[in-house]
Amino acid sequence: MISPTFRILEVNLSSGRSAIRSMPGVETCLGGSGLAARLHLDLAKPHLAWDDPAQPLIFAIGPLTGFFPLMSKSVCAFTSPLHSQYAESHAGGRSALALRFTGLDALIVTGRSERPVVLHLGCNVIELLDAGYLWGKDALTTGKLLRSILKGSGHRTIIRIGPAGENKSAMACINVDTYRHFGRLGGGAVMGAKNLKAIAIEGNGSQDLPAGKDYSALYADIFRKLTDTDMMRKYHNLGTASNLEALNELKALPWRNLQATSDPGITGISGQRFADDTLLRNAACSGCPVGCIHIGFVREKFHADNQYLYRQVGYDYEPIFATGSMLGLTKAPEVLTVMDEVEKVGLDVMSAGVALAWATEALEHGLVSVEQTGVGLRFGEVEGYLKAMPMLAGGVNEFWRLLAAGTMAAARHYGGQDFACVLGQEMAGYATGEVFYVAQSLGLRHSHLDTGAYSYDQSNAPKDVTKALEFLLEDERERVVLTSMVACLFARKVYDPDTLRQCLTVLGGREIADGLDKAGSRIQNLRWQARIANGYDPFQVKIPKRFLEVSTWKGQTDPQYLENLRLAYAKAIKEMSGQGN
Amino acid sequence: MKQLVASRMERCIGCHSCSLACARLVHKCLSWENAGIRIQSSGGLSTGFLAKVCLTCDPPPCAAACPTGSLKARKGGGVVQQKKLCIQCGKCAAACPVEAIALDRLGNPYVCIHCGSCVDFCPHDCLEMREVEA
Repeated sequence: MISPTFRILEVNLSSGRSAIRSMPGVETCLGGSGLAARLHLDLAKPHLAWDDPAQPLIFAIGPLTGFFPLMSKSVCAFTSPLHSQYAESHAGGRSALALRFTGLDALIVTGRSERPVVLHLGCNVIELLDAGYLWGKDALTTGKLLRSILKGSGHRTIIRIGPAGENKSAMACINVDTYRHFGRLGGGAVMGAKNLKAIAIEGNGSQDLPAGKDYSALYADIFRKLTDTDMMRKYHNLGTASNLEALNELKALPWRNLQATSDPGITGISGQRFADDTLLRNAACSGCPVGCIHIGFVREKFHADNQYLYRQVGYDYEPIFATGSMLGLTKAPEVLTVMDEVEKVGLDVMSAGVALAWATEALEHGLVSVEQTGVGLRFGEVEGYLKAMPMLAGGVNEFWRLLAAGTMAAARHYGGQDFACVLGQEMAGYATGEVFYVAQSLGLRHSHLDTGAYSYDQSNAPKDVTKALEFLLEDERERVVLTSMVACLFARKVYDPDTLRQCLTVLGGREIADGLDKAGSRIQNLRWQARIANGYDPFQVKIPKRFLEVSTWKGQTDPQYLENLRLAYAKAIKEMSGQGN
Repeated sequence: MKQLVASRMERCIGCHSCSLACARLVHKCLSWENAGIRIQSSGGLSTGFLAKVCLTCDPPPCAAACPTGSLKARKGGGVVQQKKLCIQCGKCAAACPVEAIALDRLGNPYVCIHCGSCVDFCPHDCLEMREVEA
């Protein structure tokens, strides 16, 4: 049932004390994205550094979390080490249901522990456990050790960082239950800065349900749409990896640091190839019957006497783009091996792959030397990339420390800004055209998920700035409502506005349902206020020259259309934040 | 007489839809814990999943341990439950050899009653209702 107030746990790692408080505003903030932005505006300190102990690390779920299928994600919000501004990142796994079943709408972590710790939570436990012995351990080993140390029911989430987070890399991710991640914008570094190696949450409580049969009937109806129709087939069949072949065909798949957009090597890394040769099985986030998590399998002979080891690696479109086509790797097992290394060191795979692609081209151009990098990098050769990932995560010398602060930070120092594939942060895998380049560059999360701009490009819409801007703003508003619930965006066609209103109403949230459209617009503005409160100026965002050189099925990028849309979107963002004109 | 059998757990993706269905439809709550069937990873998500569910012992040790008759042997194996007789002593859960009985924070036991409500919510047909001789 939906409460009119949020229940929020604040844990201060400096003092070791906690507090649970109620906060009004469910009808205006909803939860998830809206709640996270509200809390960040209230608690973050814009005048302090991103890693100041006072800065909050926020995890939030929404009013429908767990109550309906695919309401299965959590929002993590923080001040980003990449740009020292508001950042949001989303993940699934068990994180959302674990929070739901501890009875919390949000968890806020402030302060900094003197020693590395694990925060252990449940309905009747809040404790900080010494984790000195886990510091330096990779993200996968950390998960395994904590599973045996904390005797839980199996209904828990283990959120942890690897060495990249400990080293405060701006591209450090937070690993969630091995195969999911709060990937982008450096959340792992925020945990590292707080000396917080992991958060383990036991969801050992339960929630009341409404009386009568309406709720169960609505649940069953939505469940059937998700499982008995073809609406979600793409996601559990080949998964997002099916996009590789499609985008390569369109000449929109970035290859070798976006020096090309199509390559015959696609046959080695297509979704079908991964399924045929490596797919071990599927898995799901808790509360999602779709099961889009694809776990690939690769074995390696490590001794002449037929001694093998095996790796199980979660794959998706974006990781394959970032560690496959972007690095010129065209053999699925090699790509999985690089992904596994990324997973262990706790880097955001998209940022890491794109960063190494830039480093490879910088080496080709002689902007940096092998003496500086400590390892040779060549497109298509896996060995260098396997060696480079721990160096990037560890910041082992000046070059790797600069690159860990972001590809553009390194490019500003060494040169090569023109070919740094950075759209706010390292690009997502869509060389689809002007609308996507603008949307990721300026978008709140600098992500392909803020809007469906990559789809808009593929719709071959005419180059009309007004129409493109309308699409960006409306699509963002609709997605903000979903990410406030917090739905998996794969379910966006199932959870249309009417369905969302039915879900809220059946759980006793009639007033919230009636005001959903207004809340969406308000939250859209609130998030931009949170971002701009930390100094974001969308007019200052530049789109590197490499994106103007891209040629897709539509031909070369139109620089005037790109620039006009960039300025129009920047203006709209300022207006949404209340700082227009 | 039909029994719930988790016969194809190698197909399980760990979505917990079965547990959520049991809690929702049988026990009228939102939970992945307060349910007659519960899903656990068998040592981390990388190694697949197990169902913690009644294996229809006959005679059932949980019923033997129950001091009030709240749990009684069911024809064909397993138990029937009369919740109003339960004193939350937890003896049933302790007696179950496969941890198929969950206790909530108040000590109330949750055990599969073989009603089959969960079966339709498994997206991969891991579960089935199988006819047995009573």
